[in-house]
Amino acid sequence: MSDLGDDTVPKLPHGVKFREDKARGGYILVGPERIYNIDGVSVEILKRVDGAASIQRIVADLATVFTAEEAVIRPDVEAFLIDLRDKQMVVL
Amino acid sequence: MSETLLDERPQANAKPKPQPPIGLLAELTHRCPLRCTYCSNPIELESRSAELDTETWKRVFSQAAELGVIHLHLSGGEPCARKDIVELTRHAAEVGLYTNLITSGVGVKESQLDALLEAGCDHIQLSMQGADEEITVAVAGMKGAFERKQAFAKQVVDRGFPLTLNSVIHRQNIHQVPTMIEKAVEFGAKRIEIAHTQYYGWALKNRAHLMPTKADVDKTIEQVEEARERLKGTLVIDAVFPDYYAKYPKLCNGGWGARTFSVTPSGKVLPCHAAETIEHLEFWSVSDHDLADVWYNGPAFEAYRGTDWMQEPCRSCERKHIDFGGCRCQALALVGDAAATDPACVKSPHHDRIGDLARSESAYVPDPTKVSYRLIGAA
Ligand SMILES: C[S@@+](CC[C@H](N)C(=O)[O-])C[C@H]1O[C@@H](n2cnc3c(N)ncnc32)[C@H](O)[C@@H]1O
Ligand code: SF4
Ligand code: SF4
Repeated sequence: MSDLGDDTVPKLPHGVKFREDKARGGYILVGPERIYNIDGVSVEILKRVDGAASIQRIVADLATVFTAEEAVIRPDVEAFLIDLRDKQMVVL
Repeated sequence: MSETLLDERPQANAKPKPQPPIGLLAELTHRCPLRCTYCSNPIELESRSAELDTETWKRVFSQAAELGVIHLHLSGGEPCARKDIVELTRHAAEVGLYTNLITSGVGVKESQLDALLEAGCDHIQLSMQGADEEITVAVAGMKGAFERKQAFAKQVVDRGFPLTLNSVIHRQNIHQVPTMIEKAVEFGAKRIEIAHTQYYGWALKNRAHLMPTKADVDKTIEQVEEARERLKGTLVIDAVFPDYYAKYPKLCNGGWGARTFSVTPSGKVLPCHAAETIEHLEFWSVSDHDLADVWYNGPAFEAYRGTDWMQEPCRSCERKHIDFGGCRCQALALVGDAAATDPACVKSPHHDRIGDLARSESAYVPDPTKVSYRLIGAA
C-alpha cells in the first residue's frame, strides 16, 4: 500500500474542476478533453479536497460522517487520490 | 468509487431521446491573423458585421450550461481577435462551463493572457503549424509566427496552466512530426494532438497540396508509438490518422447530434462545424431559438441522428452503433450523398476510389505558388 503523509494536502490543479452535473445527475470531475463520473464515497472525498485540508483531516471528517474507523477508510481514500494523481486530475 | 469516461461512450439506440450535449464549439469569429492552408473554416468566411454581439454570446453560454454542456471550446478564427474575449470567458466560467481556449497564440498579449486566466479560462490549446520558423511561415503565411507561439507557450506554462498543442499534419509538415513532439516537451506542454488534416473548407480546396503519401503516414504512426512509450508520464500524445487510407471511418464527434455541436460567428447552430457543406439542411439560429430547442428539435440535428436515416450497407451493419456510418460531410463531398456510407469504409462501393484519389494526389507534385492561403477574414 502506498503511503501519503498525514500532512499531504491534496488539491485540484489548474484546469481541473469538480462539480455537480445537474443535467445528467451526479457529480463530475472535468479536465481538458475528459470527464469522469464520480459517485458514492468519492463524491464526499472530492468535496473535501479544497487545497487546505490535509489527508488526515479529510479522513477524520469522513470517519465521523460515516461512523467508521479512520484506519479502515484511509487506504481507500489514498488509493482513490493516487489514482487521480496518476491521471493528472489531482496534485498531492 | 467507479468512474467512467463519458467521452468515449457512443449513443446506444436508434432513436432514444437524445442525451444532453457535453461539448459546445463556439466559433466566436472567422477573423484570424494567420492564413493556414489547411484551415477547416469555410471558404465563405462570415464577416465581422455578421458576428453575434457580446450579450447574445453570453445568453448562448448560459443556455448551454443549463442544457448540460460541460466543455465550452472558444474557437474561430482567432477567438482573441474578439475585443470581448475576456468578458465572454468570465461569463462562461460564472455559469459553470469548463472553458478551453483554442488559439493560434499570435497576437495574444501577455496582459490579455493574464486577464483570460484571471477570468476563469481553464485550459489552453495552442496550434502549431510547424516545428520551426520556415515551415510555420510556409503553412500559416505569417513571418515571425513560430517565435510568437513559442513565447506564448512559455507564458502559459510559467503561470502553471495546462497547455495542449494541436498540430495539424499534412504533406508540408509531416516530416516534422518527431521534432514537433520534441518541441512540445521543450515547451512544457502536457499534451499534444497530432491531427492529420480533415478535408473541409480550405483544406478541401488545397487537398492536392496537403495529401501525404501512405508511406509517410505509416511512418508517423510508428514515430508516434515510439514517442508515446518513451514520454509516458511527461507528455500525452493523442493522434488522429487520415481516414483516406483507413479501413473503417471515424466516429464523427461521437455521432451526429449525440455529444457535441457548434455555433458559427453569426449564430447558426450546427451539428458539426463542417455541416454547412450539406446545403439542403436547415440550420436554426440562436437569434430565433433557445439552444435546447435547437438541440432536441432542430431539423439539421434530427436529419442524421441515431441510425434511422441509414442506407445499405450501414443499415444492416454490425458496426452501425460504433461509427454511425462515419462522416456525413465526407460522404457528401466524395460520394455526392450525405446519407451514403462514408467512403472511408471498406464496405462502401466508393472505397477504392478514395484510396486511388489519395494515392494520386499525394504523388502529384503541385506548384507551391498555387496553394490557396486562407483569407484573413472579411471586414
Ligand atoms: C480552425 S482552428 C481555430 C482556432 C485557432 N485559430 C487555431 O488555429 O488554433 C480550431 C482547431 O482546429 C484545428 N484545425 C484547423 N483546420 C483543421 C483541419 N483541416 N483538420 C483538422 N484540424 C484542423 C486547428 O489546429 C485548431 O486546433
Ligand atoms: S487560419 Fe490557422 S490559425 Fe487561423 S483559424 Fe484557421 S487554423 Fe486557426
Ligand atoms: S458500413 Fe456503415 S456502419 Fe458499417 S462500418 Fe461501414 S460506415 Fe460503419
